Amino acid sequence: MLSPALVIAASLGYLLILFAVAYWADWRGRQGRSVIANPWVYALSMAVYCTAWTYFGSVGRAATGGVWFLPIYLGPTLAMVLGWLVVRKMIRIAKAYRITSIADFIASRYGKSPLLAGLVTLIAVVGIVPYIALQLKAVSAGYALLTTQAGDVAQASVHWSQDSAFYVALVLAGFTMVFGARHLDTTERHEGMVAAIAFESVVKLVAFLSVGLFVVYNLFDGLGDLFARAQAVPALRQLLRLEQGGQFAWAQWFALTLLSMLSVVFLPRQFQVMVVENVRESHLRRAVWVFPLYLLLINLLVLPIALGGLLYFGSGAAMNAESFVLSLPLAADQNALALFVFIGGLSAATGMVIVETIAVSTMVSNELVLPLLLRWRHLRSGAGQDLSRLLLGIRRAAILGVLVLGYVYFHLAGEAYALVSIGLISFAAVAQFAPVMLGGMYWKGGTRRGALAGLLVGFAMWAYTLMLPSIAKSGWLDAGFVAHGPWGVGWLRPEQLLGLSGFDGLTHSLFWSLLANLVAYVGVSLWRAPSGHEASQALLFVDVFERTTISSPVFWRGQARTPDLLQLCERFLGAAKAQALFADYARQVGVRHADAIRPDARFVQFVETQLAGAVGSASARVLVASVAEEETLTPDDVLRILDETSQIRAYSRALEEKSRSLEQATAELREANNQLQSLDRLKDDFMSSVTHELRTPLTSIRALAELMQADEGMPAAQRQQFIGIIVAETERLTRLVNQVLDMAKIEAGHADWHVAAVDLRALVTQAVATTAEVFRERAAQVHVHLPAQVPTLQADPDRLMQVLLNLLSNAAKFVPQPGGEVVVSVQADAQGVTVSVQDNGPGIDPAQALLVFDRFHQGGDAARRPQGTGLGLPISRQIVEHFGGRLWLEPPPTPAPTPTPTQGPPQLLPPAPGACFSFWLPLQPPIAKETTPP
Amino acid sequence: MTAKILIADDEPNIVISLEYLLQREGYTVVVARDGNEALSSIATERPDLVLLDVMMPHKSGFEVCQAVRADAALQATKILMLTAKGRETDVAKGLALGANAYMTKPFSTRELVQKVAELLGRPTEGSA
Amino acid sequence: MHKGLGSQRLVALFAGGWVLFNFPLLGLWDRDATVWGIPVFPASLFLLWVALIVALAWLVDRPSVRDDEAPPSAPPSDPAPLSPSAQSPARPPQA
Repeated sequence: MLSPALVIAASLGYLLILFAVAYWADWRGRQGRSVIANPWVYALSMAVYCTAWTYFGSVGRAATGGVWFLPIYLGPTLAMVLGWLVVRKMIRIAKAYRITSIADFIASRYGKSPLLAGLVTLIAVVGIVPYIALQLKAVSAGYALLTTQAGDVAQASVHWSQDSAFYVALVLAGFTMVFGARHLDTTERHEGMVAAIAFESVVKLVAFLSVGLFVVYNLFDGLGDLFARAQAVPALRQLLRLEQGGQFAWAQWFALTLLSMLSVVFLPRQFQVMVVENVRESHLRRAVWVFPLYLLLINLLVLPIALGGLLYFGSGAAMNAESFVLSLPLAADQNALALFVFIGGLSAATGMVIVETIAVSTMVSNELVLPLLLRWRHLRSGAGQDLSRLLLGIRRAAILGVLVLGYVYFHLAGEAYALVSIGLISFAAVAQFAPVMLGGMYWKGGTRRGALAGLLVGFAMWAYTLMLPSIAKSGWLDAGFVAHGPWGVGWLRPEQLLGLSGFDGLTHSLFWSLLANLVAYVGVSLWRAPSGHEASQALLFVDVFERTTISSPVFWRGQARTPDLLQLCERFLGAAKAQALFADYARQVGVRHADAIRPDARFVQFVETQLAGAVGSASARVLVASVAEEETLTPDDVLRILDETSQIRAYSRALEEKSRSLEQATAELREANNQLQSLDRLKDDFMSSVTHELRTPLTSIRALAELMQADEGMPAAQRQQFIGIIVAETERLTRLVNQVLDMAKIEAGHADWHVAAVDLRALVTQAVATTAEVFRERAAQVHVHLPAQVPTLQADPDRLMQVLLNLLSNAAKFVPQPGGEVVVSVQADAQGVTVSVQDNGPGIDPAQALLVFDRFHQGGDAARRPQGTGLGLPISRQIVEHFGGRLWLEPPPTPAPTPTPTQGPPQLLPPAPGACFSFWLPLQPPIAKETTPP
Repeated sequence: MTAKILIADDEPNIVISLEYLLQREGYTVVVARDGNEALSSIATERPDLVLLDVMMPHKSGFEVCQAVRADAALQATKILMLTAKGRETDVAKGLALGANAYMTKPFSTRELVQKVAELLGRPTEGSA
Repeated sequence: MHKGLGSQRLVALFAGGWVLFNFPLLGLWDRDATVWGIPVFPASLFLLWVALIVALAWLVDRPSVRDDEAPPSAPPSDPAPLSPSAQSPARPPQA
């Protein structure tokens, strides 16, 4: 045994260490280097699930029921399998809408109903008080065990002023206030608290494993030895089996697993650490498997400890199995270890109490007390009052109140009932939140009335089937009504409702309460359609993953004034904080000063969300409604707002589309503009070429005419020469004008085409005959190769003649004099006919091959440039192409470049390969677009 | 001392008319048929005035003008651009390149004679 | 919630866990034997438990899955105010 002073000192010392850890974490958090922004810390904080019950109750359970302690921990494991899906959604919702507690969550989902919030708070308080009592009981029992002489009878009920548990409660209240109610945070985040309980989780685990290892390796010779000796005792051997001398209560196993699965999320402390205190969603990834691993580790040695204790103390000590973790070290004179284990148990208890109480007190202050206060008009409209202090005061009072209630319960009822049972009763109470919350997250049809109905019915069922019997069994109520039903009505017996027998109390209660809860929830929800406000909240919750802040619809209609809203925030958040928030918002919307913020729906929603962090969403709703003139939201409004939002989204998408297509169109326009500009330039060039060509002969004509005019005494010969030149130039001019017109007509499509059957043989022969004179002048030879049969073409014979004449005259221009040779050949193929004109002139430089077909391009050198317009080939090409054919220059047979003639008299060059122009015409013109001869 | 004038044009008929005209006025006339010929003639013959056509093979009139103006020794040579290219841009280009005067074809013989006399600093000898 | 492959796997694991730890599959392990000195039933329970945890860790927390997850930037997870869009949002439907 240990001296009380030592135990107390150790306990207080440990609590101070806890406080130091919390303080340090808070300090680091303020600096921005948060210690809790860490997935491992997050996972360990979830281990607050293991309370003093784990320490003492598990072993007790194992001692009487073998593996029956396990479902309480298997359930959470299974819950964590879905944790990444379900808890993540909760976290997302809580972050998006600033939810700070379970009551807030439920109330906010079902239309921000204050009534619902209050009900949930009440249920939570009623459910939690026994659990807190359990912790107090465990700590005081442990203390008693450590400090009383073995053999002393534990004192019976003590007066509360001398009850250690009472002082424990007070001390815990003080610490809780320090941890959680020093200031109001709009996010309700408590960095210090989270760090402290993570630290505690480690202490718990280490202490428990220490005593476990002690039992296994110190009191016994290892696991093998322990189990061997256990199996030697038949009573103990049974503990290691599933069926322990009777039918295995599968239903109870199932019920326990289900119950703990629900509790691990819906206990206020679990919700607090998992959802509210979560720093980053991705931490959940680690936590969902680290937390079950923790549970596994801490339960690893429960069975050995239980068996060890039973073996050590004898089977009859099963009654006190709950204290084996302390009694075994004490019995073996390991006082230090016993103290360490006690500290571990204290750690477990304090962790639970602190977090649970903070969570519950938040709910009480926000959802119960504040709404009542707000009804007091004076408070609402009081100007210049800083209510944040008042809120803090309420919070602290709530903490104290809850703990005192816990003590009261402990004092009145705790002694008579095993720890385990008390805990399970609490679990069953918070399990009533499950249908309402899960339904709210995944079903848009849940309404406020449905939630109210479900909770009320479930809670009533729980109270009747579980709570009352436990009180009765503690002796505070006539136990008769448990055995025979109220007023003797058999089928209303609390533990065999409607005659459903064969189940233990817990399973039975769980079944009925959850069933009634679900039926009422679904039934009443489906009875009437959700209101506008409920529908909007349902959308925001169920579709939280699809909604981002930018595109989320704002469900609010009304008018407000910014100064009013600012005042409201100042009163509940404190002046400095409110102004900082407003300034931040102003900056984000691009407004210079907070006063200039436009009080639109989005801003009002922002203010309401901020307030919700401090006073809960229901109260925030009330407060904002009091400052703004609102219009009630009907379901149609909701749909319309949703429509607008989706329209906006559609519009913005359409806008993007439009701007993209606009960019495209602009690019195309620029392209077209460039093309037009180049065409314009081409046209300009053409015009200037034409005018140049026209002006040149005109110049000679004018100049010579003027000269003749001025000089009457000009010699006749000179005069004749001049006149001859004038005539020739006039002819040249005429030719040019005609060709230009021809070219323009053809290109514009205004030329007259007369399609007829064309006999190429006859045409070629005629063309050669026409140009015979020219060739004779130049002493050039013309050879014609015509096949015997040439298919008839459909084309314009006059135009084709024009082409042939052009090619022949070109050839005539460039053949050497003398010795010129021109070969005309005609070839037919399946599709059409090819005509080639080959001369043995200087040929055409391959580089010039394309230029030849340019307008006004004239080949040959300047000195010997023959009379020409430069339009012949382009026109010929147009004609040929009009009938679907091609006109081209044959590539030279050898790549020998023709030497460009230099200045000076032409030398006798070796016979050049010359140029060969060919054109091909199809037998049928492609489209009959020409006019047929009348 | 009679002035020497170089006619640079590739159109033979125009050359004929210009040659006759200027010889009638009493100038010595030299002929070039393309740009290269024009440059070498200018260098060797050192005419006082050059009647420069723009559209010539091998080197355009603009290029010849530029080359002449770039040559310090030929600064005294007057250049009269005579061309069928009559757009404003062409005129501006010619003048910017250093031509002393710019006349478009077809031209009036009287005007041409006057301009030539002007450029050469001779009083115009009235022609009938 | 996104009905992705990961979610479906998790649901499957959940169902599998329930089935494994309940009637009648749980009864399979109920034998009188010992494994390295430890009775089969408790040992198997713990081993199944470990297996479940490992499967869960692999499904949710393996590096490849972690890297794919975009950081949740849409809802703010810090004490900054819920940021309304900087551009002017929907006109408030004022009467």
